[in-house]
Amino acid sequence: MLTPLSLKELSKQEELFTPGHRLCAGCGAPIVVKMVLMASQYPVIAANATGCIEVSSCISEYTAWKIPWIHSAFANSAATISGVETMYRSLKKQGKIQDEIKFIAFGGDGGTYDIGFQSLSGAMERGHDMIYVCYDNGAYMNTGIQRSSATPFGADTTTCPVGSVCPGKLQNRKDMTKVIAAHGVPYVAQASPSHWQDLMKKVRKAHDIKGAKYLNIIAPCNRGWRSQTNDAIKMAKLAVDTCYWPLFEIENGVTKITYAPKEKKPVVDFLKPQGRFKHLFAPENEWMLTAIQEYVDTYWARLQKEQDSFSVTSADQVNK
Amino acid sequence: MGKLVAATGNEAIANAMRIANPDVCGAYPITPATEIMQRFTTFVSNGKVKTEMILAESEHSAMSACIGASAGGGRVATATASQGVAFMWEMLFIASGFRLPIVMGVANRALSAPINIHGDQSDSMGARDSGWIQLYSENAQEAFDNMIQAFRIAEHMDVRLPAMVCLDGFITSHSIETLEWVDDKVAAGFIGEFKTVRPFLDIKNPVSYGPLILPDMYHEYRKAHDHVMSGVPKVVLEVAKEYEAISGRQYGLFESYRLADAEIGIVVLNSAAGTTKEVVDQFRKQGVKVGVLKPRLYRPFPYFEMGEALKHLKAVAVLDRADCFGASYGPLYMDIASALYPHSQRPVLVNKIFGLGGRDYMPEQAEYVVNELSGIAKGGKVKSFKEYIGVRE
Repeated sequence: MLTPLSLKELSKQEELFTPGHRLCAGCGAPIVVKMVLMASQYPVIAANATGCIEVSSCISEYTAWKIPWIHSAFANSAATISGVETMYRSLKKQGKIQDEIKFIAFGGDGGTYDIGFQSLSGAMERGHDMIYVCYDNGAYMNTGIQRSSATPFGADTTTCPVGSVCPGKLQNRKDMTKVIAAHGVPYVAQASPSHWQDLMKKVRKAHDIKGAKYLNIIAPCNRGWRSQTNDAIKMAKLAVDTCYWPLFEIENGVTKITYAPKEKKPVVDFLKPQGRFKHLFAPENEWMLTAIQEYVDTYWARLQKEQDSFSVTSADQVNK
Repeated sequence: MGKLVAATGNEAIANAMRIANPDVCGAYPITPATEIMQRFTTFVSNGKVKTEMILAESEHSAMSACIGASAGGGRVATATASQGVAFMWEMLFIASGFRLPIVMGVANRALSAPINIHGDQSDSMGARDSGWIQLYSENAQEAFDNMIQAFRIAEHMDVRLPAMVCLDGFITSHSIETLEWVDDKVAAGFIGEFKTVRPFLDIKNPVSYGPLILPDMYHEYRKAHDHVMSGVPKVVLEVAKEYEAISGRQYGLFESYRLADAEIGIVVLNSAAGTTKEVVDQFRKQGVKVGVLKPRLYRPFPYFEMGEALKHLKAVAVLDRADCFGASYGPLYMDIASALYPHSQRPVLVNKIFGLGGRDYMPEQAEYVVNELSGIAKGGKVKSFKEYIGVRE
């Protein structure tokens, strides 16, 4: 029996990622991990790339994980879990394991978009029965807020610091969700802890689809974003409501927006509370704000178009 | 006596893997080890083994997948060479740090740059301090025998460490030689069933692998690894003894060839030892008291035993098929020098670098070395403690 997705029922479930971990106050990442594990209604085994979650959740004899958990290196959480999943298949076939177990790899955007990209791509292509969860905080936060390919355009980081001739990062983020979708895997989705039911539904859906699945989940980092410590969920919600971080899924090639804000807020609402974008509000950098808004608008319009094209196609099929 | 066959070194490794019947293999092809996994996947495709393959997109991922699989709780094997070993380097330390008994064939090949696909031992020598057990093989027969024994050694409850079995790329990996199989059932029985230790797939007893260990404990973890390593030679000898009972072939930590009454000696790994022994036989006929020491267990290095085996000699040449770029000596030389240092009476020790990137090692080179050693033993001067031999004029 699935636990209904209500706070009342979910609060009765055992927490599989326990308090006592050493992540920063107000960090979005452990919320993501908790939600993912809470949504999982199967026994779950997880691999973790080196990063914030990893260094803070298992130190010496202390572990925050009540499930089997493995961390081996930075670049390889997808490859590592693919090994575990393959051993599971082998032993299950031999009758040495009976349990139905699900496999998850966690990685930050560094371990996913950048150094772990090849390993992730390989695991997705091989089609291991697993979910890869990227908790995307938009920079190498663990090592002190260095630029990653998930860092948004214009952001101030410690390796593209804003200076007299550099207005922050000059490239757009890599569109990782679409990159993984292009692998032809059965399910990819973008989610946010602010929309927890949407997030948890996606996790449950992913678990019940056979093959490689990918979830890209925004995880606000108040240290790197230079936002208020108690604003993680608020920031995640603003990312969604400005369409900076649209909530959508692509299931067997069909795009579906799972949440469309009633009123799409201007992207500055998301940028303004973050110190990493402070310099964009100087008059000489106005073009950058415009560029970000244009990027967000174009992406959102394209996403809607994709969704529409699929609904037209299916309608056509019905007519025929 | 087992069946006599003609097989390549790679075929020997692949068949040893077939007999070991791993639960999972994660692999990525690379010359000259490719044939190992090609042959092995043929066994997989034809149901000769129960193995699930992970055909990874790189050696880094192949070893990462092997680590995940091995931690899961089953037998894991793979093979690689050269850049593949180099690309795995990070993960080699993690496999050993996790105490995972992964067994890997390494068809020794040169490292880039310049790129070269032929045999030398730069690859496994670069990984000699990664916490893996290393066994070296003179020929296809030894590659097979070492590979079978490697599973027993790695999976031994006093060891639980990964092991690599090295054979010379092309020279051994691709040459067809006569070798004697051990009957499949007998060899499989010798290797035995895989025993799990804290299997990661046991969801009822969840474990965390790979914690962060800070300065309060890291030092102790390293000491523990060193301690486990120091117990490996004993296990290697026990396993060799049992293997002798089923195969009739004797193995030790190293092979001493005509060393007992020798005055001079050559230390050399893998296939070049065969050539050297031939040359030594010729010199012996002329009354030159020369012998050969061929290391088998290179990591952990049996310093004490090697020192004992060589200390009585007057002059020794260590032949390295790899170099350490520090204007220093080859890796084997440095280990032999360390083994001899505690002995007040020890031979003059010279180092020859030979055969890099597949350069042939010819009998003339061995003859040259023996002649030089004879001169040194008679009180002649050492021209140079380190010399590249077989160099084009």
